[in-house]
Amino acid sequence: MGMVPATHYLALGAVLFVIGVAGFIVRRNVITMFMSVELMLNAVNLTFLAYARTWNQVDAHIFVFFVMTVAAAEAAVGLALILGLDRHSQTLDIDSADKLQG
Amino acid sequence: MDLNYAALLPEILLAVAGILLMLAIPVLPSRQQVRLGYAASLALAAALVTALLQWGDHGPAFFGMVSMDALGGAARILFLVSSAAVALISVSYLKRERLRHGEYFPLLLMATVGMSLMAVSADLIMTFLGLEILSISSYVLAGYRRGDPRSNESALKYFLLGAFSTAFMLYGIALLYGAAGSTKYAGIAEAATQGQAETATFLLGLGLLLVGFGFKAALAPLHVWTPDVYQGAPVPITAHLAVGSKAAVLITLLRLLHQVFPASADQWQTLLWIASAATMIIGNVAALTQTDVKRLLAYSSIAHAGYILLGVIANSPRGAQGVLFYLAAYSLMTLGAFAVVQVFARREERFTKLEDFRGIGYRHPLLSVSLTIFLLSLIGIPPTAGFYGKLFLFSAAVEADLVALVILAVLASAVGLYYYLQLIVLMFMKEAASPPEPVPVPLAARIVILLMAAGTLYLGVYPAQVLSIAGEAAGL
Repeated sequence: MGMVPATHYLALGAVLFVIGVAGFIVRRNVITMFMSVELMLNAVNLTFLAYARTWNQVDAHIFVFFVMTVAAAEAAVGLALILGLDRHSQTLDIDSADKLQG
Repeated sequence: MDLNYAALLPEILLAVAGILLMLAIPVLPSRQQVRLGYAASLALAAALVTALLQWGDHGPAFFGMVSMDALGGAARILFLVSSAAVALISVSYLKRERLRHGEYFPLLLMATVGMSLMAVSADLIMTFLGLEILSISSYVLAGYRRGDPRSNESALKYFLLGAFSTAFMLYGIALLYGAAGSTKYAGIAEAATQGQAETATFLLGLGLLLVGFGFKAALAPLHVWTPDVYQGAPVPITAHLAVGSKAAVLITLLRLLHQVFPASADQWQTLLWIASAATMIIGNVAALTQTDVKRLLAYSSIAHAGYILLGVIANSPRGAQGVLFYLAAYSLMTLGAFAVVQVFARREERFTKLEDFRGIGYRHPLLSVSLTIFLLSLIGIPPTAGFYGKLFLFSAAVEADLVALVILAVLASAVGLYYYLQLIVLMFMKEAASPPEPVPVPLAARIVILLMAAGTLYLGVYPAQVLSIAGEAAGL
């Protein structure tokens, strides 16, 4: 049974990261933008794990747990703020957040 | 290499205090919640004492995740002073705005833990965790005025762009790990000298890391979130973002570039040269047309980050010394300016327009005279801290042959002269439009304003002492 080479995982990670960046920039819905960021973080996790295999270390596995914990904390805070936007302007469109202007 | 808990004593103290305060929220009657603020200030003072006692300690701790040195020690003291000032101006702010004291102070303490951890970190994962502890606490604090849609908008924008930039930074860390096989500063620096610095993975990783830091430090063209976030956040939190948070990111950037990536100096110097020039020009020019004082100070803080980059690009101990001295001066004058704005804004932050400052000069001498000192220092006029700050930074940059950038910086500060002076002129040389209205100045805020003004003048008259501490921290 042949192993999938690490470069495949790295390429997949890079593609997922770029999809996340594109989604963040193109989409206007706050939840979708937030999901795009989560996709970017998971692309990073995949990259960490692929490198963990090339270097044959467990360290990177632990980093992935840290990243997941931080992502969870970020989600808790972010969703609360998104709820706040919905309560104030009854929409999830980021363009409705335009009260601060120079 | 072992655990050595004592190395992180100030951080542990603050984290424990934060947790205890959080536990105290439900048991304290609501009238006594105001004590939480004083308890937090005490915790910060205790941590400051511990950090001062630890000044001069060296060596690794927590299995090499953390490393004690003079740079980390000095940075930690700066952050604790900044957070203590923020905590003191917050107490009367929360009372005036009828906001809950409860969660505010634990979050501020946690943000300080994050800044402090970044300062002593010796591993990119530790740096990332410190930054996230700081950022996530700051997102909540920016949106603390929950009833105000502007505060919520500020927090949401900060959160979305902050999380976005974190992902870039993290991808950079992953790629650096791939190139070096370690996330430790020492491991990456070693791999860089063994030829890894030239590989595409390493350079891409460094680039992404810089993009992440650029976002967090509000360097042009990644500064677009700053004015909105600073304007919408509660004033004491704006001060925290402009001083503590920004200083933490800049000092970490300084340490990384000078200690971990000297092998790639050509690449990052070019990149930061452009960022520094753009940041100084955009910050100063955009500030010219502002009508809100919080927004004005936001652009001013962007411009000052541009000056500070000069010392980073210089890539010398003298440059690092200049950066640290400038950060100390910048912290004093910016905290002071925001403390005045906090008091002057009054209930619901109604008075933050530049026009509101018209003619207050003789009516509120404490506020107007101290604000004038801070503004003169931000311009860089002697005998204030800002003058020596700019002098040391620019002379270090000239020594490093950055003459063109220094000329640009001087021209950009000349533009800055206009909008700072405009505010002073408004205060002293114009007639007030509205009948006088009392501006209560609470004791804690008064102490902060006076201390910051005294500090600004002290650094402008006797810079030698702080300069030698900065020099020690910079490894001179």
